[in-house]
Amino acid sequence: MSKEPVAVVGVGQTKHVAARRDVSIAGLVREAARRALDDAELDWADIDAVVIGKAPDFFEGVMMPELYLADALGAVGKPMLRVHTAGSVGGSTALVAASLVAARVHGTVLTLAFEKQSESNAMWGLSLPIPFQQPLLAGAGGFFAPHVRAYMRRSGAPDTVGSLVAYKNRRNALKNPYAHLHEHDITLEKVQASPMLWDPIRYSETCPSSDGACAMVLTDRAGAARAPRPPAWMHGGAMRSEPTLFAGKDCVSPQAGKDCAADVYRQAGITDPRREIDAVEMYVPFSWYEPMWLENLGFADEGEGWKLTEAGVTELDGDLPVDMSGGVLSSNPIGASGMIRFAEAALQVRGQAGEHQVDGARRVLGHAYGGGSQFFSMWLVGSEPPG
Amino acid sequence: MTREIAVVAFAQTDHRRSMTELSEVEMLMPVLHQVLDRTGLKTADIDFTCSGSSDYLAGRAFSFTLALDGVGAWPPISESHVEMDGAWALYEAWVKLRTGDADTALVYSYGKSTPGPLRDVLTRQLDPYYVAPLWPDSVSLAALQAQALIDAGETDEPALAAVGARSRGADSEGQGDYVVRPLRRGDCPPVGDGAAAVILAAGERARELCARPAWIRGIDHRIEAHALGVRDLTDSPSARLAAEKAGVFERPVDTAELHAPFSSQEVVLRKALGLDDSVRVNPSGGALAANPVMAAGLVRLGEAAARIHRGESDRALAHATSGPCLQQNLVAVLEGDPR
Repeated sequence: MSKEPVAVVGVGQTKHVAARRDVSIAGLVREAARRALDDAELDWADIDAVVIGKAPDFFEGVMMPELYLADALGAVGKPMLRVHTAGSVGGSTALVAASLVAARVHGTVLTLAFEKQSESNAMWGLSLPIPFQQPLLAGAGGFFAPHVRAYMRRSGAPDTVGSLVAYKNRRNALKNPYAHLHEHDITLEKVQASPMLWDPIRYSETCPSSDGACAMVLTDRAGAARAPRPPAWMHGGAMRSEPTLFAGKDCVSPQAGKDCAADVYRQAGITDPRREIDAVEMYVPFSWYEPMWLENLGFADEGEGWKLTEAGVTELDGDLPVDMSGGVLSSNPIGASGMIRFAEAALQVRGQAGEHQVDGARRVLGHAYGGGSQFFSMWLVGSEPPG
Repeated sequence: MTREIAVVAFAQTDHRRSMTELSEVEMLMPVLHQVLDRTGLKTADIDFTCSGSSDYLAGRAFSFTLALDGVGAWPPISESHVEMDGAWALYEAWVKLRTGDADTALVYSYGKSTPGPLRDVLTRQLDPYYVAPLWPDSVSLAALQAQALIDAGETDEPALAAVGARSRGADSEGQGDYVVRPLRRGDCPPVGDGAAAVILAAGERARELCARPAWIRGIDHRIEAHALGVRDLTDSPSARLAAEKAGVFERPVDTAELHAPFSSQEVVLRKALGLDDSVRVNPSGGALAANPVMAAGLVRLGEAAARIHRGESDRALAHATSGPCLQQNLVAVLEGDPR
């Protein structure tokens, strides 16, 4: 039995900001869901099931908040699933929703991910108390900075590359009305002069803390045929996990990321990702992860990723645009960040990305990762049905 | 033609009042080894892994990431996690097998209720703006439901006591004092720590791994409104709808494993699921005998499957719940091959 093709027919997100004090958590998620339904020209009654994701419950101080959000998301009387796979959760949530359609369990599924970081303090939410962790690390930057340093040493990349990524992504964000950071006066010099937070990661090379939600409507062939706007078709999707820490773990280019990408490419019939994929929306919370993931995902040979960044290949008008939306560096409602990547990939192949549209984008990769570079989720979407 | 999927193995901890001396991984690992041993499979033979747990029980963010160490996720594995009872992790794995992307799945869940005051912790599940600030605890909410049942003439305190006594069998220490009127100690679940795991397999693979697979003929789950004030607490329309979608009402079941942490909730579920006295309800003792939060629902699916494996049931209903007063319910129908 072959799988049912999965199409994205609706995308909606909130304007990501530091604090949405005007809405409750329910109000925030409903706003994104309503926009996704409007994009698909559907209503709550057209939805068969809801799949919701977010990062740790401590970020809002609500245990299993989907229970409280059932009403706001029109889920009463329907199946509702709650996914949590750390930072990759937004992507994993979309993949779980897609599998419901692919398995023909449901015809049309609403999937949504959110984080309302202003309800708490994510940096300390991430900093585990004794006895779970030694009291040395504060926030994700402290965990990832040594991995960036290892990459720089291993690849010989000049220390200017990180600022190039930040400068590019923040400029891309100016074209995206939903991005959190709109730094109209950004210059490369300002990025390079920003304070060092976790050496070698500077303040301007770090993601913000955001309140935001992202939703998509996924449907089957019949649903796609009724869609008012062009659908994005899923050509491949996969998740991979590996342990947090173990002897021999490659923190710079984790095997789970390589395996996950290879699985997606196999499903989509991609043999040369650099040539066959038109753009990539990847999860880059700290600037240096762009060149690192370019290698991990097979777009560059090991040690060569930074050369693509330095040559401008990943610019919006480059040969392989990366993080057209402005990326995680410009908006980071943590639980939603993976889904925003997946949604941006869908917007691109639907030709609905507005000012940050890549001309002729036919196949785009959406990427998310989480935990200690150990949870990966990815999908490849195309403008044409798989086949 | 959709793929046939079965539960082929089940294992659980000896659920105890407290496992303070064990980390979650240490509590979980023996269960994972047992369930794999029952099929002869190794971690590398499993196509998909899915787990269920809650950070709020552990008191730390990302608690499930360390549990992954117990699985041995190297080389990397295809894996997912739900912040729900393991019954919903089983559902996600069932969907994955239905897509044809996997032939075998390992599902596990665990919960240590004892590090914090469970009744207080569970109040954090409630509407954070209007209800949670009042800290209404899980027993008090269940007592509201029990009183509504008594007021509606659906049950009385002796009938509730009989549910508790039947569930705990010889271990019954009597009904005890009121915890929150009208619920006595015997009407309430024990607080404890525990873990459970099952293995799912599709088609012929299931027959290779198990002499009598417990075929999942149907599985569905539904959620209700969150605010207790808009619900009829004496009924469970979500459980009834899930049962209908799972095919429960097509033919009688001989056994039902109900995830009813409070005696009064068994009354609600029996009515919603149309279970009469001919059905063996909770031969395992149910959640009144052992209630490892986040695993107790998966345990119901595992117990029902194990009875089919042992030839003690031919068609069993398994149920799991989540949220205050049975807000969310999952129902599965499991069958053995004809003997």
